[in-house]
Amino acid sequence: MSTLDLFSVAPPDAADLLPRRFRDWFASRGWAPREHQLALLAKAREERSALLIAPTGAGKTLAGFLPTLVELAGAGKEDAPATRATGEQRKALISTGRSVRRSGGLHTLYISPLKALAVDIARNLETPVAEMGLPIKIETRTGDTPVSRRQRQRRYPPDILLTTPEQLALLLASDDAPYLFSSLKRIVLDELHALVTSKRGDLLSLGLARLWAIAPQLRAIGLSATVAEPEQLARFLVPQPGGKSASADVVTAGGAAPPVVEMLDTRERLPWSGHSARHALPEVYELIKRNKTTLVFVNTRSQAEMLFQDLWRMNDDGLAIALHHGSLDVAQRRKVEDAMAAGRLRGVVCTSSLDLGVDWGDVDLVINIGAPKGSSRLMQRIGRANHRFDEASRAVLVPANRFEVLECAVAIDAIAENAQDTPPLRSGALDVLAQHVLGCACGKPFLSDELYAEILTAAPYASLSRTDFDDVVEFVATGGYALKTYERFARIKQDKQGRWRVANPKVRQSYRLNVGTIVEETMLKVRLVRSRAGGTGSTGAIARGGRMLGEIEEVFIEGLVVGDTFVFGGEVVRYEALVEDQVYVSRANDKDAKVPSYMGGKFPLSTYLAERVRKLLDNSRAWNALPDQVHDWLSLQRRFSRVPAVRELLVETFPRGGSHYLVCYPFEGRLAHQTLGMLLTRRLERARARPLGFVANEYALAVWGVGDLSFLIRQGRLDLNALFDPDMLGDDLEAWLAESALMKRTFRNCAIISGLIARRFTDEEKSRRQVLFSTDLIYDVLRKHQADHVLLRTARADAATGLLDLRRLGDMLSRIHGRITHKPLDRVSPLAVPALLEIGRESVYGEASDELLAEAAEELVREAMT
Amino acid sequence: MTAGAQASGDLDEMRVSRVTVADVPFLADFSGALFWEEQRLLIVSDLHLEKGSSFAARGVLLPPYDTVATLSRLAAVIARHDPRQVIALGDSFHDRDAHRRLSEPDREALAALQVRRNWIWISGNHDPALPPDLGGVVASEVAIGPIVFRHEPTGASGEIAGHLHPKARVPTRGRSIERRCFASDGERAVMPAFGAYTGGLSIRDVAFARIFGSPGFMAHVLGDNRVHAFAASRCY
Repeated sequence: MSTLDLFSVAPPDAADLLPRRFRDWFASRGWAPREHQLALLAKAREERSALLIAPTGAGKTLAGFLPTLVELAGAGKEDAPATRATGEQRKALISTGRSVRRSGGLHTLYISPLKALAVDIARNLETPVAEMGLPIKIETRTGDTPVSRRQRQRRYPPDILLTTPEQLALLLASDDAPYLFSSLKRIVLDELHALVTSKRGDLLSLGLARLWAIAPQLRAIGLSATVAEPEQLARFLVPQPGGKSASADVVTAGGAAPPVVEMLDTRERLPWSGHSARHALPEVYELIKRNKTTLVFVNTRSQAEMLFQDLWRMNDDGLAIALHHGSLDVAQRRKVEDAMAAGRLRGVVCTSSLDLGVDWGDVDLVINIGAPKGSSRLMQRIGRANHRFDEASRAVLVPANRFEVLECAVAIDAIAENAQDTPPLRSGALDVLAQHVLGCACGKPFLSDELYAEILTAAPYASLSRTDFDDVVEFVATGGYALKTYERFARIKQDKQGRWRVANPKVRQSYRLNVGTIVEETMLKVRLVRSRAGGTGSTGAIARGGRMLGEIEEVFIEGLVVGDTFVFGGEVVRYEALVEDQVYVSRANDKDAKVPSYMGGKFPLSTYLAERVRKLLDNSRAWNALPDQVHDWLSLQRRFSRVPAVRELLVETFPRGGSHYLVCYPFEGRLAHQTLGMLLTRRLERARARPLGFVANEYALAVWGVGDLSFLIRQGRLDLNALFDPDMLGDDLEAWLAESALMKRTFRNCAIISGLIARRFTDEEKSRRQVLFSTDLIYDVLRKHQADHVLLRTARADAATGLLDLRRLGDMLSRIHGRITHKPLDRVSPLAVPALLEIGRESVYGEASDELLAEAAEELVREAMT
Repeated sequence: MTAGAQASGDLDEMRVSRVTVADVPFLADFSGALFWEEQRLLIVSDLHLEKGSSFAARGVLLPPYDTVATLSRLAAVIARHDPRQVIALGDSFHDRDAHRRLSEPDREALAALQVRRNWIWISGNHDPALPPDLGGVVASEVAIGPIVFRHEPTGASGEIAGHLHPKARVPTRGRSIERRCFASDGERAVMPAFGAYTGGLSIRDVAFARIFGSPGFMAHVLGDNRVHAFAASRCY
């Protein structure tokens, strides 16, 4: 029962499925209903939930809403009279008594990952509804909806409500949720492929489970871009029966023209490293000039800032080029989106902030700067061009360095084969479950057994153990500590019948303020002050005040040293000081920033593309299709050292400038490489190789130190197979996790999502200054005194796929075990150059803080003495 | 010329460095305690015992292990130096009722540390009224020779105080490290907070400029196993 066979069965008949009013409306627009739109109507009639897989521009949204519109039009069957109450009658039926059965009530819920999208969809729906004169009330509910309207929506719900996963959680966490949702017939989940990859998807799945319990008649329609495993995704849409697996029917919209994708054949010299693609900017500018509207995607916010600045520097034609990224003010972003929709822009430089969203029709070219990271991701981006379904999207990939040329080449092949590499469905996180349990207690009191059974129906939680569930409930109640001293402070309590309810209204209030799973980075305010550089070097107390430039992530600032320059808000600034939550910067006269602030982007190179890059390297005949510069580079590498085979790990060692280097090429993405670097340096320290630091990029890892690694290996004192043994994920990992800043960040997110630590406070709490609390201190204490606490377990599970990418590292270590090829060299190899060039641009890692502190202290002593 | 340069030889073994206040030499322990060898006097500040349960009462269920964590670190530094006297420099308890919430084992652990030692509780803003049954004596401040111990710093010469929870961010290769620290200019010192759940205030805050008058003071930064000295002007 994979993809619904539209054609082996009788093709759906428009006349049978679409009432006359709708057929006429389609005709009046010069349209015909598409096959997948009719297929969804057929599914609806059969009372089946369905997942629609369709590219952008396929009329996906309308397809999702057609069953609802037809049902609400009261003409699902031409002969059936409209049974729905009119507005007047409905009002008369309103009662706060929950036993009263109303006709009408909320019919369809639409969930979007973006509130702006919910608002746009509502607007777009108004057109067919108005033109067909359907008696349907459509409303949105987002964080911006005024309180008065929210209250009205609870008592007098619209027919269709468009909202977000967080708002759904809030609506469910109230005791009138059964009143509001018992009439619910359909739920439409938009951009499902994007939602399910994060903890927001977990939260949504739990909301769905609750809805199925309240409204068993509920049927779901998921709308998704193409994914690797549609069957898996389709499980999300239906209640999972214990022990077995159930899926919604999959409907695939066919017929989209394959995209036309090419790599920019630059006339310039290809850089060895870096991510700015500055060499190709004149060519990018030319492309914008030659096309009507171009979307230029980059991987990070700061890249977007820099590119935007550079394009305007060469913008002699005064082309309307705009900037769009997640850190910009919302109003600013909306302005850009509106100008875009109105066709007033020639180009928009953007980040993943534009990966999702409404269709814009007029985009005729997508340019992707830098690494594509994954083939599905890239296809979705390319789909942003030319939303006319049957015309091919056009895209140009602009690799920023030589390794990225390889990545672009394999991505283009993958697209030609329509090969998808979306990740498998997550298993639900326990911190999100904790939030949900508290939310449930805020609504109608619940029994543990019943709630557990309900949660198992959510696909991501289908295999949740009872122990984990009980631990989570205990955590929500009293913190879940072995030392049971908090009974009297419990947040939820059981009554005599064993039903859990919130202990006091403050708990409910705090839940409402803190709902959601998106933990924003700690942001610092950036203020512009006068420079104090050029004086004594020693700095006085900082003058407060200064013009506010915006906000920046704390993690970025932590990597800086006073005097470093970086681009912010479109200009190059010098870092002066950090006091409390204020960053002081001065205007720098430099044209280039010293710190490129490439934070690596959010997504690592997909396992699938990595595999293809390794295959491409191993197949020298295929190099002919690559640009000459890259072909020559690889050929040189083959003569000088070796080009790694598909399954082997190439390790090169060589001396350079007084240090000794080890460079390896796992191609597993920067996060996994960073973790590997941390663990390798620990082991090299034990082997007395005296490592000093390492630098990781998406493809390679370079470690350097004092000890002569080639010599140690030759003498048999260092065994590479032992060095890269998977057992490094045992004790070494545990020891490192104790102090890892990345692990502490992971824990912080879990502490916030689970509700241990609040991030938003009531006004009363705000007046107390001590509401903020460092989760690092909690981590240290908890790890020492209750290492198996549910929050630490959650953080470890996150670390497997998140910032530390442990799972991927583990897979790689097993893959290369016994397949390491060592090349001792007398100098740096061509393949190693890009990694080494990152040194100095990227932070050098090493978490042995005592050594770093001692080194810093000695340096200052030297400075003071000379 | 810096204390970092002096922290060598046998001092390294002890994992301490020297901090001089009004010509009296102290050892700064990496745990955040000060030791006056001649007097065999150990000073710790801002223990904030029972901070966890204090938050729990307000609905933030922090792990209830901060008191045991703080006391076991205190036991370790006491074992290292075997002091004859101990001064807890104020804010030893996070709130007025905190001492009543001490668990029986924690109470016993505390009593064990006080055996054969003079124990002085200096009162702080968090614990202004300590009961007499905690062992030791309670005082608002104590003077020994040229040194005055009090909770809130006034900037007076010869003063050792706590209250501010100094921390410093030190630039190192490629990144910076933030740790608790002692702040001292040779005439006066502010001690780091010792408690497991105590946060910190950057030594670049104006509060420190008020006490030291200029940024010409040192930050003795607590490492994992030793103390590192930096000019405060180099930290941020």
